[in-house]
Amino acid sequence: MSVYRVIPRLDIKGPNLVKGIHMEGLRVLGQPDRFAEYYYQTGADELIFMDVVASLYGRNSLKDIISLTAKKIFIPLTVGGGLRTLEDINEVLRAGADKVCLNTAAINDPDIIKNASKKFGSSTIVVAIEAIKESNGKYLAYTDNAREYTGVDVFEWAERVQDMGAGEIYITSVDREGTGEGFDLELIKEIASKASIPVIAHGGAGKVQHVIDSIQSGGADAVSVASLLHYETINQLKADTDSNQKEGNTEFLKNARSFNSIQATSLQDIKSQMINAGISCRQLG
Amino acid sequence: MKEKLIVIIDYNLGNLFSVKHACDHVGLNTVTSNDVELINKADALILPGVGAFGEAMNNINELDIKESIVNRAKEGVPLLGVCLGLQLLFEESEEFGHQEGLGLLAGSVKRLPSSSSDGQKFKVPQISWNTIHGESKPWSSTILNSVDDGEYFYFVHSYYVSPSDESEILCTTEYAGIKYCSGIMKNNIIAVQFHPEKSGEKGISVYRNWAIQNDLI
Repeated sequence: MSVYRVIPRLDIKGPNLVKGIHMEGLRVLGQPDRFAEYYYQTGADELIFMDVVASLYGRNSLKDIISLTAKKIFIPLTVGGGLRTLEDINEVLRAGADKVCLNTAAINDPDIIKNASKKFGSSTIVVAIEAIKESNGKYLAYTDNAREYTGVDVFEWAERVQDMGAGEIYITSVDREGTGEGFDLELIKEIASKASIPVIAHGGAGKVQHVIDSIQSGGADAVSVASLLHYETINQLKADTDSNQKEGNTEFLKNARSFNSIQATSLQDIKSQMINAGISCRQLG
Repeated sequence: MKEKLIVIIDYNLGNLFSVKHACDHVGLNTVTSNDVELINKADALILPGVGAFGEAMNNINELDIKESIVNRAKEGVPLLGVCLGLQLLFEESEEFGHQEGLGLLAGSVKRLPSSSSDGQKFKVPQISWNTIHGESKPWSSTILNSVDDGEYFYFVHSYYVSPSDESEILCTTEYAGIKYCSGIMKNNIIAVQFHPEKSGEKGISVYRNWAIQNDLI
């Protein structure tokens, strides 16, 4: 019997939690540490923080968020976004991350996967793959939050990162990301069925059934969700708009609108529906 | 009363900050170190670890701290092993051929199978929450005092321990069709395969129990 994980993803821009669609058009949702704490208290199995503009602005506010979070949240924290060198990795681990997520740096220089997994342990190194389905049906890996074309075949790359010593694969369907249309099951299945390391599915969850599908049909070992939880959490936290006006587009937040395609829900609801569907997972007592 | 000193043994492998955070949270006075003098005067030791058995033992031997750890444990100093720290307490591991461990506990370390006897495939390493269950040893007045049978903890490992003396087993866990020892206790030595520091409030309570039961806070 396997136990499946649900991993809320928090996209960070500067001091704020943001969310986009297809990784663009970022909207400010609130303070990341408040969301993180709420997810911890309501049964998140891990958390992943992605600095979505790290390469543009530097990483200091991310490190502050991590060290603040790591002192009060005792589940695994994965941090990604703009990590280029072993020293970068060491810095976020020192700040309190348990694992790091590499994408751009890994494609530019795959040796970093080998060197990092040797230095920090394989289980510390997650490789993120941002996949876009081309018009010819081929899936290609993109970097820099899906801004940069690489021409690298997603499935060949997934095999390679595993051989290089990655501990887990975090696969994002950029086409589905933020849309609520459901995971790209074809993509996930192809990767999960071949991998001998755990595969985390991300991109497209719009309702709980999508999470269940990614495990039962896609074969994912863990599921990462953002919009599905964030929009419900905003209501729960009654986000303090004053503190969210530091930078960025806050109109969305003030209007408290949600996407029609996302049926926002809670971690407790996701877990109980998973159990009902016969999927083992951890529930808080 | 003089504040107790707990040394988190740093053998230059993996990430020890989360163990330190959890200890800080329950009020333990910890130092992360590989200094023999500190190990020799510590009131309690934590042997953490993520990574490979062979590399860990190489580092421990190179740092020349093996003898101190073994001697302190034999003197009766409370020793808590976590994850790889559990495996290192054993006599030997089959990881990358034969590797010799600290030899404080009798038994060996084996690789998790990647499929069960009915052919179902399992990912190795196991990176997952999983449940722990009691065996013959009762949990009251142990570090699992506050934990219910069947509670979930966070696991990250490719190897598991097979103790020679089954009466030392504190808890077991199932994965890939096998039931293995996920916690062990022998006098002052106690060790778990899972990461209590990453297992939510229940996990933190395990550190708190250890601290209280050994009069460390």
